[in-house]
Amino acid sequence: MSTASAPRRRLSRRQRARVSRGLQYAVLLLAVVIFAVAADWDRIGEAFFDTEVIGELFPQILTTALKNTVIYTVCAFAFGLVLGLVLALMRLSPVLPYRVLATVYIEFFRGVPALLVLIAFGYGIPVALNTEVPGGIVGTITVALGLVAAAYMAETMRAGIQAVPRGQMEAARSLGMSHTRAMVSIVIPQAFRIILPPLTNELILLTKDSSLVYLLGVTLPTRELAKFGRDALNQYVSMTPILIAGLCYLIITVPLGILVRRLEARQAAAR
Amino acid sequence: MTAAAAVEVRDLHKSFGDLEVLKGIDLRIAAGEVVCVIGPSGSGKSTLLRCVNLLEEPTAGQVLVGGVELTDPEIDIDAVRRGIGMVFQQFNLFPHLTVTENLTLPQRRVLRRSKAEAGEVAASGLRRVGLVDKAEAYPAQLSGGQQQRVAIARALAMAPRVMLFDEPTSALDPELVGEVLGVMRGLADEGMTMVVVTHEMSFAREVADRVVFMDDGVVVEDGPPAQVVAAPRHDRTRAFLSRLLDPAAGPASGDAAVKAAGPAEHGAAP
Ligand SMILES: Nc1ncnc2c1ncn2[C@@H]1O[C@H](COP(=O)(O)OP(=O)(O)O)[C@@H](O)[C@H]1O
Ligand SMILES: [Mg+2]
Repeated sequence: MSTASAPRRRLSRRQRARVSRGLQYAVLLLAVVIFAVAADWDRIGEAFFDTEVIGELFPQILTTALKNTVIYTVCAFAFGLVLGLVLALMRLSPVLPYRVLATVYIEFFRGVPALLVLIAFGYGIPVALNTEVPGGIVGTITVALGLVAAAYMAETMRAGIQAVPRGQMEAARSLGMSHTRAMVSIVIPQAFRIILPPLTNELILLTKDSSLVYLLGVTLPTRELAKFGRDALNQYVSMTPILIAGLCYLIITVPLGILVRRLEARQAAAR
Repeated sequence: MTAAAAVEVRDLHKSFGDLEVLKGIDLRIAAGEVVCVIGPSGSGKSTLLRCVNLLEEPTAGQVLVGGVELTDPEIDIDAVRRGIGMVFQQFNLFPHLTVTENLTLPQRRVLRRSKAEAGEVAASGLRRVGLVDKAEAYPAQLSGGQQQRVAIARALAMAPRVMLFDEPTSALDPELVGEVLGVMRGLADEGMTMVVVTHEMSFAREVADRVVFMDDGVVVEDGPPAQVVAAPRHDRTRAFLSRLLDPAAGPASGDAAVKAAGPAEHGAAP
């Protein structure tokens, strides 16, 4: 306050920063006040948070929709993880054809939309070859999203394996371990610790991508969160189901996000 | 000459691309012998050691350990390496495993020892290097000297017939060097065949049966420490040793010149 009354004195850098931050808070507060006054709260409350509709959504939104989202995500992630590791090892192989094959695969599946891959496995391949992916909806989404996720995870895992110091492999080999044994017992466990944060991020992305399953024409018991919310939106003509479905995603993704930050902080501290 | 040498190297050549690092090394190490390899940085000491357990593939020549030719392409290298322990400058403990697990995992996976047996061997190994109380610690919780002692115990747990040491104390703070050399001295007293790349001249003088001086990819001098360290015959050995004992003296042959020029330059300074 004393600085404001001082006659045209130059403000110090810190004082200027404080004034600027104060202004920003003031503008933000004003916007919130205007919004709060101008908004039709009854209407908004009913559209976004209709308690009656919420009552109708439970418990199926948890027992069916959330459960299915988790199942699709975990299956696709597990499939992608295994395939991604194989691809990463192929990328690092001294055998040229393996490297080429893995590179082509990774470039292809990183480049095409997951949606297209899902359509291919849900409709294209069944129509063209008259066979279906075993396991129904779960099988199809596991393969389709897993194939795409594998491409991303392969690159992450390759980087992780390369980040393990060479001396680790040499020490393992000098103790008589085969290359494979050293990889399995020494190098890969260390690589996974390094890449746990990016892998968890990939899991978060997959959680959201699992909503693409609606393309496959899901039935009542196979609906996941997004489809469930949309069906309820049509049924109750309310925004509430969408909001609740969104919150259910956050139940999964926010803890994972916190986990990623924890892991990153721990790695930074260990360095 | 007695029976088959513990380690025998015949006309060993090793090149990295165009760079020839080993230019024909011949070396015979009898069972129970302790050989120290000394020489300037970049002279090929590490490469020689790494060729002895085939961490590097020799370009030409032969390596025999316990009479078995490692350079034979038909050989099961993993089986041969079990009989050769190696200790690295950077310790290379497995950071995701506890000290005990560092010792037991290789025994269990390579030698297929039972959990109980591997545990016993690990415990007695840790007793020997004086680290029983660190059995459940992770490598990051240990000092460099302790890590290197664990690394030695880990190699010994595989019951090797030959131990290779590549500058085992070079990454250590000076006050931690003694504890590692002490363990190595004990090992030598028990009759272990050892090849030690080191700059610790007192260790070489007191423990080694032979000292090998390497320079520029060849063995320049090879003999008992009383000769190679105390009374070197070759100029290159003498120059290296005088640099090692008095690092401030400056580059090799110019010792006298540098010393003479020193005070003059100092006087000319403002
Ligand atoms: N993997 C490698 N690739 C290329 N050059 C190498 C490699 N390893 C060692 N060298 C070179 O070989 C020479 C000898 O290295 P090294 O055996 O480590 O020497 P020393 O252990 O005596 O210091 C050095 O010039 C080094 O740069
Ligand atoms: Mg070296």
